[in-house]
Amino acid sequence: MTSKLKPETLAKADEIIALYPERRSATLPLLHLAQEDHGWICHEIIEWVAEKVGTTPMEVLGVATFYPMFHRQPIGKRHIRVCRTLSCALRGAYHTMEALEKEFGIQRGETAADGSVSLEFVECIASCGTGPVVHVDHELHEEITPERVKELADNIRATLSDPEYGKKEFVPGTAAWKG
Amino acid sequence: MSAQERRIIYAHIGQPGYTTDIDCYLRHGGYETLKKAFAMPPQAVCDEVKTSGLRGRGGAGFPTGVKWSFLDRKSGKPVYLVVNADESEPGTYKDRQIIYNDPHQIVEGTLITAYAIQAKQAFIYIRGEFQHGAKLLEKAIAEAKAHHFCGNNILGSDYSVEIIVHRGGGCYVCGEETGLIESLEGKRGYPRIKPPYFPAVLGLYNCPTIVNNAETMAQVKHIIAMGGAEFAKIGVPGDRGTHIWGVSGLVKRPGLYEIEAGKATFGQLLYDFCGGPLDGRTFKAIIPGGSSTKILKFGDRFKGKLPSGEEFDWALEDIPLDANSIMACGTGLGTGGTIVLDDSVEMIQALANLNAFYAHETCGQCTPCREGSLWLSRITKRIAAGGGREEDVPMLKDIADQVAGRTICAHGEAVAWPVQSAVPKFREEYLESVRRRNKGEPSPYALKLI
Ligand SMILES: Cc1cc2nc3c(=O)[nH]c(=O)nc-3n(C[C@H](O)[C@H](O)[C@H](O)COP(=O)(O)O)c2cc1C
Ligand code: SF4
Ligand code: FES
Repeated sequence: MTSKLKPETLAKADEIIALYPERRSATLPLLHLAQEDHGWICHEIIEWVAEKVGTTPMEVLGVATFYPMFHRQPIGKRHIRVCRTLSCALRGAYHTMEALEKEFGIQRGETAADGSVSLEFVECIASCGTGPVVHVDHELHEEITPERVKELADNIRATLSDPEYGKKEFVPGTAAWKG
Repeated sequence: MSAQERRIIYAHIGQPGYTTDIDCYLRHGGYETLKKAFAMPPQAVCDEVKTSGLRGRGGAGFPTGVKWSFLDRKSGKPVYLVVNADESEPGTYKDRQIIYNDPHQIVEGTLITAYAIQAKQAFIYIRGEFQHGAKLLEKAIAEAKAHHFCGNNILGSDYSVEIIVHRGGGCYVCGEETGLIESLEGKRGYPRIKPPYFPAVLGLYNCPTIVNNAETMAQVKHIIAMGGAEFAKIGVPGDRGTHIWGVSGLVKRPGLYEIEAGKATFGQLLYDFCGGPLDGRTFKAIIPGGSSTKILKFGDRFKGKLPSGEEFDWALEDIPLDANSIMACGTGLGTGGTIVLDDSVEMIQALANLNAFYAHETCGQCTPCREGSLWLSRITKRIAAGGGREEDVPMLKDIADQVAGRTICAHGEAVAWPVQSAVPKFREEYLESVRRRNKGEPSPYALKLI
């Protein structure tokens, strides 16, 4: 048991485990589930997953650190990930990153002091024809050239005080739908 | 003659009013092919796929029907089907469109394949970043279940199968089939040694397993719909069906174009479909089929003999878009993700960009891949930052030569091939980059790639 997760999350975990022929296969799904609830993977969650899937905390820690999507410490309220791989870079991704760094006053790899945003370079996220692409949490923003950074940054800042953020229905064709 | 698209897989993608729900799919003839397949014995479905000549769309181009015939039936263990929707090869974004716009096509193909190979359970391993894509697939599966196309006693038969959508964690090497299997077992995605771990014999939970790409599943649906012999009339000998060319980088109209195999050339793809280079620019090179395929340089001539015995002498623009022609030019069709570079690109930076990718993605099990990818990345970065030496350039090639063929999985080749192909072709430009920085001269390249 863990006090870090909501009762719904715990119930969902049992449903997920029941799907798989072997429960250890639920390791990644449970880590995703826990991260969506708690924001990051703390040690208590590692122990909880290990107990649930029938392995050791060491094995789960190994998994959580192997996959770049899992955070081992808290991150900003909004997670901005800029693709830096070749197709996006050819369209200006490094210049986009520089503009974002200026906009938020932080460097790549950092979280703003007020905890509002984290900024990161990531590798190809399979939208190479519409680069440079930027993931804001799970929204995919396409063709974010340096000129469009201001607009994106303003939108991100506006969501910080939006209580409905992340709760909206997905609408086909929108950034959230594509992520 | 100007080339045209032939949309089979993408027939409905981008069509106004076409939605992802099952009602729309059914209105467009959805799941009729599943019914057709279930009226056939499973082996007959496998035979149709073999007859079709389809080669898998995951990058390696292995014949799908042949792969299925390798399944170890003697062990008596359950058979698993794993659909590879990890789409992590840089430059590749074709599966995304099917997942997000026509998920039922993948679900129907998966169900047909599961039935054909008599899988006990099917999985769709989807890259973790496709969060909404995973939801769309889950919804499609739930709808299919409600219509008795999936789950228990499909269409009243005695065959039952469930499909689990499983999200990865943002790791390239989990697209490699054995790394994917480890990941699906809840472990780090360390690729396994072959032999003995050929998935068709010792795959998921050490049971016989077929791993096929997501688009391959969609292709299977169309093979069964039209019949293997009919499908085998599309394309050219040795490469059947259509390929989805996903062009990215420096062209006027990057995008996805579905073209019958061998029925257009790179020149037509880049000029007719993609509108040619950006204004005032000239093309310099392409990476034809995802970042791991060997680079081709504009201006080079490609000469040799095709498997048919026919001799050829082509410019890059003349190369036909089929697997054998492209392979005869010393590279691969891969995933069809073509990355285009023009004269605004400093080639050493482009190479440093790719090397950084592979150094980030190596799983670290094999010394040549782990160390080699890191060294290649550091050296090219150092050159780009102004600390290069002339002897670095041949050294890059030496290092790459020691990685390829010496590793557990093909990530080793993915590390080596960009370097092995680019260094001989762009040696002079690389040396010039080193010298210019050492002399402190200003750069003629404004575009930053590393
Ligand atoms: C490093 C590496 C990454 C790969 N990534 C993918 C991928 O993202 N998607 C995919 O379908 N195949 C990928 N593959 C190829 C798979 O190993 C496998 O060959 C493929 O899924 C088989 O499908 P197919 O027979 O339908 O082509 C990758 C291979 C390697 C070596
Ligand atoms: S080749 Fe590279 S990615 Fe593949 S198993 Fe070896 S170290 Fe890992
Ligand atoms: S290179 Fe940026 S999405 Fe593929």
